[in-house]
Amino acid sequence: MVRSSVETDSALEGAARILAGLLESRTGQALTEARAWRMETALRPVLRQHGLADIDALVSRLTRKGDAALEQAVVDALLNNESSFFRDFQIFDMIQRQVLPHIRTQRKDRVLRIWSAGCSTGQEAYSLAILLRNKWPEWAGWRIEILATDISAHAVDQARSGIFSQMDVQRGLAVGDLIKWFEPHGDNWQANSHLRRMIDFRQDNLFDPTAPAGTYDLILCRNVLLYFNRERRQAVLNLIARHSHEGSILLMGAGETLIGQGEEFVAHAEFRGGYVRQSPASAPPLGLARRAF
Amino acid sequence: MKNCLVVDDSKVIRKVARHILESLDLSVSEAVDGQDALSQCQASPPDVVLLDWNMPVMSGMEFLQALSSARMAARPKIIFCTTENGISHIKAAVEAGADEYVMKPFDRETLESKLSIVGVI
Repeated sequence: MVRSSVETDSALEGAARILAGLLESRTGQALTEARAWRMETALRPVLRQHGLADIDALVSRLTRKGDAALEQAVVDALLNNESSFFRDFQIFDMIQRQVLPHIRTQRKDRVLRIWSAGCSTGQEAYSLAILLRNKWPEWAGWRIEILATDISAHAVDQARSGIFSQMDVQRGLAVGDLIKWFEPHGDNWQANSHLRRMIDFRQDNLFDPTAPAGTYDLILCRNVLLYFNRERRQAVLNLIARHSHEGSILLMGAGETLIGQGEEFVAHAEFRGGYVRQSPASAPPLGLARRAF
Repeated sequence: MKNCLVVDDSKVIRKVARHILESLDLSVSEAVDGQDALSQCQASPPDVVLLDWNMPVMSGMEFLQALSSARMAARPKIIFCTTENGISHIKAAVEAGADEYVMKPFDRETLESKLSIVGVI
């Protein structure tokens, strides 16, 4: 049952405050002012599906009786699942030209492990798979594992299906990659089996994780931490540190930084906006580390 | 400022495309069919052509074929922009020399993405 005791944005009132509390208790994400503003629009499909007149009626249903399915639907609707293929193209260009070749020289055992943390509907993970597939001969003899996790069951289901709308595939995906790696699926497009079988999509909570196992060479956690408060950001960074090894590369979203947040990762000298995991003994305070350029 | 030639027999589509392209800091010229577009390209090649498929006088595919044999200082990037959304049409356009393909309807983000992929912005 929903409780309203979770501390949220003081600007939120009444029903909105309760729903913000639900989101935070389930995901750790605070409902920002921008997202609170679009709450009613985001919840409209849920209201319609459950025959509810408005948000007050929704909250009344949630507080009167425990309805796990309705709670999950509300959380899914309130999460920002916006994503696109090759989002921030320069990052993927860097991964292709610098990061992956670097890892290839480092991993003598020919194992490449990538984690897309907060994968939303999967475009980031599929973009990585496309990068790898487009240079497949260079990865001959390698075992490649891509784990992609997200808190939203709905988003992960969609990601796993590999089905994307016409609008989705046009945002960031080059036509050559569309032809090569996707197939028509009614009015939509579906990632072909070569891509789909490369990625292990899992619903997982960064604050109660079960999916990550061992360490990853490349971790993408982009546009995720910005929704968390400082304490929760640190918890996620601790999790990422536990699943990384010396030399692991961490890539975050444009405008996100680790400065002042932990000692395990330092700005990479060559990978713009990227961080590298230090050995525990050599980790100085992040503020003293080299700045990315 | 880079220039985009919008080739479409629909005045509405040209207007919508112009609005988006100008917001992306491109200068825009317009052509109503492939023949008009070919003349403009030969007179002053644009950086990129946003090209419709079905048009009177000269279609988008006919324009592409004519462009490939035309003498030009620099070949513009070609982005097909059409309601022909089947994979056979998309493959045919790419084989004929299109650099990118936009399926109508499109929005600003889509056009911006495609212009970025072909290196115009």
